[in-house]
Order: sequence, then C-alpha cells, then structure tokens
Amino acid sequence: MKNYVIIGNGIAAAGCIEGIRSVDSEGAITVVSEEKHPVYCRPLISYYLEGKTDLERIQYRAPDYYERMGCRVLYGRKAIRIRPDSRKAELDDGSLLPYDSLCIAAGSAPFVPPFEGLDSVKDKYSFMTLDDALALDAAVTPSSEVLIIGAGLIGMKCAEGLRDRVAGITVCDLADRVLSSILDTECAAMMQRHLEENGIRFLLGDSAARFEGNRAYMKSGVKVDFDILVLAVGVRPNTALFKESGGEVNRGILVNSRMETSLPGVFAAGDCVEGEDISSGQKKVLAILPNAYMQGRAAGVNMAGGSELFDKGMPMNSIGFFGYHAMTAGTYSGEVYEEKTDHSLKRLFTENDLLKGFILIGTDERAGIYTSLIREKTPLSSLDFEALKKAATTAAFSPEMRRKKFGGVV
Amino acid sequence: MKRVYVNEQWCLGCHLCEYNCAFANSGLSDMVLALKGKPIYPRIHIEEGEKISYAVSCRHCTDPICVKSCIAGAISKEDGVVRIDKNKCVGCFTCVLVCPYGALAPNENGVMQKCELCLQNSCGEPACVKGCPNRAIVYEEREAAI
Repeated sequence: MKNYVIIGNGIAAAGCIEGIRSVDSEGAITVVSEEKHPVYCRPLISYYLEGKTDLERIQYRAPDYYERMGCRVLYGRKAIRIRPDSRKAELDDGSLLPYDSLCIAAGSAPFVPPFEGLDSVKDKYSFMTLDDALALDAAVTPSSEVLIIGAGLIGMKCAEGLRDRVAGITVCDLADRVLSSILDTECAAMMQRHLEENGIRFLLGDSAARFEGNRAYMKSGVKVDFDILVLAVGVRPNTALFKESGGEVNRGILVNSRMETSLPGVFAAGDCVEGEDISSGQKKVLAILPNAYMQGRAAGVNMAGGSELFDKGMPMNSIGFFGYHAMTAGTYSGEVYEEKTDHSLKRLFTENDLLKGFILIGTDERAGIYTSLIREKTPLSSLDFEALKKAATTAAFSPEMRRKKFGGVV
Repeated sequence: MKRVYVNEQWCLGCHLCEYNCAFANSGLSDMVLALKGKPIYPRIHIEEGEKISYAVSCRHCTDPICVKSCIAGAISKEDGVVRIDKNKCVGCFTCVLVCPYGALAPNENGVMQKCELCLQNSCGEPACVKGCPNRAIVYEEREAAI
C-alpha cells in the first residue's frame, strides 16, 4: 500500500486527493493542513462578507469528504522540510511522515511591502483566508471607514464584499488602474466607473508613504483616515519549504506537465507552482482556481501511477462587481477585433491564425466557446471567424467540427 | 449513458424546445401561467448559422471542465449527470467562461443553470426531446464519447 502526503489543504489538494483516488482506492493519504478548516472555496471569502454564502455553503466538498476519500487530515500542522532522500516530510511538531509520493499544494501568501509605520496600525488585515474573512467580519461596523491597499482582484472583491457593511471604502494602488493584471487602461476605466457608481472611492497611481495609527499619508500628499486597513498588495507563491529542501524554484515551484518537480517523488500543484501558459508559451504562476484543481488532479493521478498531463493552462478570469461582469482569457497580443458600446466591450486578439486572448465586459456572450479555441489552438481558417467574431457560437464551426464536438449527427 | 443529441438537418429552428424546457423547469403545471408574457430562461438554446440551426444543451462531458472550474464547488457529476447546486452557486460566470459548448447560462436570479435531463422535474424525461415536432432532438445512447 502506498503512502501519499499532501502539503496544503486547498483546491489543488482536493484535486490531488481525487486524482489519487481515481487510480488507487487503497493507498493512505495524509493531508497536512496549516489552516484549521476543511477545504473551502477560497475565492468565496468576499461572498461570505457579503452574505451570499455562509460557513456551510462555502465548503468545497461535502462534510464526509475526507472520510469518504479515506484521508487523514492533520489540522494546524505545518511541514518544515522535505527529505527526498529518505522520502519523509518533517512537520513542525517534530514528527516525520514517510511517503512514496508527495504533493506540495501550499498555495500563496500575501505579500506585504515594508510600509513605514505599519506597526502602528492596530486594525489591519490580509484577505486570503477564511480566517482573514472571519476576522474582518467581526471587525467591521456600519460606521467603519476602510482603506484597501491594492486594486487587484483580491482588493476589489474585498471592497465589494464590504460595501454594504461599512460607511465608506477607499482603494489605493500604485498602478494607474483597477485590476491591472487582467484589464488594460480602457477596460479598467469602464470597471472603475462602475465601481465608483457603486460607492467605492479610488486613489490610483498613489501609494501609502507611511502610516500613523489610523491615518495613511499618501505619496501624493493626501491623508486618509481609516478604521480598518486591508492589505491586498499582492501574493507570492509559497515556495520556501520546497526551496529549502533543495528543489528548483523560479517565481513558483518549477514543474513539468506531469506536475513533477526537480525532486524525485515530489509533485507540486496550484498557486505555488509556475507552469506553462499555452496562450503565450511563457512560464507563469497561474494562480486561479480551475488551474489549481486541474494541476492537483494531474499530480494525484501521476502520483498513484496513472498518467495525466496538465498542458492546457492559461490565465483566465471571470470576475464581477455589483452585477457587472468581466471575462478575460489568454494573452492580449496580435491583431485586435473590437466591439464597443457605452457599457460593454469585446476585444478578441488573434495572431498566426489563432485566437490568443479576449476581454469581454458587460456582455452576455457564451465566452467558453472562445476560451476553447484558445485552449485547443484551433486554426481560425478552419471556421467562419467573421461570424464568430460577432457572437460566440458553435454555428461558426465547420460541420465536421460540430459533429465531432457534439458527438454525432449534428 | 444516454444523452441529448440533435440532428441539424432536421431542426426547423422553431425554438419550441426552449419553451418546453422553460416550462418543464418552471415547477408550474400550466404552460400559459409559466411562460406567458415573461422572459424565458431555457437550459437549451437554438444556435443559428446562415443555413443551419440546431439546439445545444449540456453534453454531460466525460471530463467536465465546468466541474473542475467551479469556484463554489457547486457543480458535480453524479451517475453521468452534471448538476448545479443552486444553493451554492454565487453567479461568478466561471462555468460560462470555460464551457466549450456554451451550455450554461444564468436564470432570472443570476444563478447558473444548465440541462439536467429533466430527471428531477415533473417531466421526468427531456422535455425538449418529447416536444420536438420534427424529432430533431433525440435522447439516446451513442458510442461517441465527449
């Protein structure tokens, strides 16, 4: 009987468990969970603040999940070293876990720049974990003024989650636009306008120079008084454990498409790894939930002796604020096709007969049809791209392609 | 596993399947009460090209990317049927972003929905198939795996 150890208990770990069990129903699985919660839907923590989910519904899997999967979970434990030579993981309580194969699914951690005077701020929070959300939930009152440092995906979802629960929210970012990792200037301006209409205030292209208690002195000279500070500057992959154990790391843990690392018997998956973005060919940390699950699953299958590749990763995000949605995928390079109204925008990026990426804001397109063309690298000359540009429809595919896709006579 | 398939040569593009679907999932027993004067949110939709039309609904994929991508853990596959737990869905549209068939769309409340083969509503068998006037939509077992 094989011994499997999984470091981390997020979505990639769940994928890994399910991958292992799809091949091996017998082996012993031990999950080392620093967080004291069963696997939950991390991207839903803002919905928890908003009241759109609760502690029961935020669970990623059913209450009997680990039991059904035959997993032992060590809550509140942390791995401090992996010993690939003897195939043992050392935990913070001194215990050693033997493994045949191990998966690092350690996720990422908030990155906090060294702001001057940050220590003098009493009520400051990150926004990465359920515990962060629970702490914020307990701290906010209807009269709270909130300052959020960072207008990225995490900071903005936090702003949405808190909007109806506090007196006011100001978001600042060194970047000159919101959601700068996924939206260009024009698209970001549309989203920012919508956010402002919903009561969020912005200080963009500006950053806190220093803090004094509950006051931030911005580089621009503006002073911001707040009751609660949320630090959402960015996240960094948790690579230290692996690196200190002798593994190869760039920005994230380096893996191949079987999710194998440079250490024998050690796999890695999720936000802590750097994998290939097939839309650009570059190595990237693709810190999004679907990739975490699929990487975890591929790792699990391979750990158990099966064979599964994760070779279709790319950036993609579906994110909405106050009912206004943006969907993005791939890489924004090449020729641009654009459709625009006052409140909606579609941009498709094509290069060398391939769809490389898209941005859709405020549209009701069946965007997955576009996403699949990027993922499958479908030659655009094989379909009616003129029709497809205007609307995401499989009717623009060739009859053969439709037959293949729909499994029969279509 | 039986699935819904469509013969595009036979599809008239009449959209009746959309109405039958919306009615079957309305929970009401009177079609007029269920649909008249209301926008409908069917789980099947007609795709129309220059010379063709055909209905599209969930393929209940062997390896469903929506299940793997759902950020709320709301989509699962059991006994060959991909289902959405409406109580868990937060309406993030990630499933819409990944489904290669365009088979998911929100209902009137912004909660995602998709074809669940009418196995749990009063119809008990796919209403789109039952009501298709030209028998262009069929519910059958096929070799081709999706």
